[in-house]
Amino acid sequence: MGSVLINVPKKAKRGDVIEIKTLMSHIMETGFRHLATGELVPRDIITSFSCRYNGEEIFRADLFPAISANPFISFFTRATETGTFEFSWIGDRGFSETATASITVE
Amino acid sequence: MKAARTIAGPLLLLGICIRPLSAAEIPPDDRRSGFSFMAPDTQAIQNDDTANPGMLWVLDGEALWKRKAGTADKSCADCHDDAAMRGVAARYPAFDTALGRPVNLEQRINLCRSNRQQATPFAFESRELLALTAFVAKQSRGMPIEAGTDPQLAPFIAKGRELFLQRQGQLNLACANCHDDNWDKRLAGSAITQGHPTGYPMYRLEWQSLGSLQRRLRACIFGIRAQPYDYGAPELVELELYLKSRARGMPMETPAVRP
Repeated sequence: MGSVLINVPKKAKRGDVIEIKTLMSHIMETGFRHLATGELVPRDIITSFSCRYNGEEIFRADLFPAISANPFISFFTRATETGTFEFSWIGDRGFSETATASITVE
Repeated sequence: MKAARTIAGPLLLLGICIRPLSAAEIPPDDRRSGFSFMAPDTQAIQNDDTANPGMLWVLDGEALWKRKAGTADKSCADCHDDAAMRGVAARYPAFDTALGRPVNLEQRINLCRSNRQQATPFAFESRELLALTAFVAKQSRGMPIEAGTDPQLAPFIAKGRELFLQRQGQLNLACANCHDDNWDKRLAGSAITQGHPTGYPMYRLEWQSLGSLQRRLRACIFGIRAQPYDYGAPELVELELYLKSRARGMPMETPAVRP
């Protein structure tokens, strides 16, 4: 189950600074924990997040084991044109999720 | 200055002497949700549905609600209307006639799963059970808690209250010692809350996950160094029932966020 929550304003004026909020469901297992039996729990984290605005990359972040479960990433950008934001999360064990959100710029 | 000290001294002594005698239930008007003890930053996480991680489980629960399961090949939605679950969580734990004792919302979902869907019940604290419970309970958000009004529940509420007042564990503490008598104080920097279960299942930042009221109760029992009851134990359900009836009238907050 890979649930995701995206918060992008539906409308904005051209040139407005808008906040984009994303919340991705992920356990973010650090790889430093041991089971009661002594075995190491293998690392399972999101390693990379990126956001494209009409195809152009506007935000990218690398994630590391110290980041808590269900990473919440929020950032700002300038609304320039009507279009789509494409979000992508890539991680260990072939984890790959995408989401999109659209915005109308007046 | 000196006069003030001579007055303050005896008052202070009096305060200490009166304290154990005043140990009583919290008056209805003084009841406060755990929400009001939190920092504004944490409150903001709960208030914003796109920042509240508990909503991830609600989304998963919605998908599970519609998924067919078991040999009956039925989904929850095949029997229940979408709107039918509104207010249900506010009434749980509720009396189950077949079992002759109260069951909590997780147990009700699992009973439905084994009896109606003829599927294997979910394990306690599994992602699936938490997700379905959160999905059902979220529909009662903002509604007043009504649990424990059924007269058949009275003896079970009484047992739950007995457990709430029972000193136990190596620290020899009862729930009431903190949550009735000292809720306006702090313990190791954290607020001692009144222990009203308004937002379960809730996202606890410390757990980095959603968790049930029973998980919270077991953590508290472990904290006073007593032997925790197993998940689904009648004692835990009775305690849950007493706590919900103690919080009667307070609004549901599921999925709540707590530190």
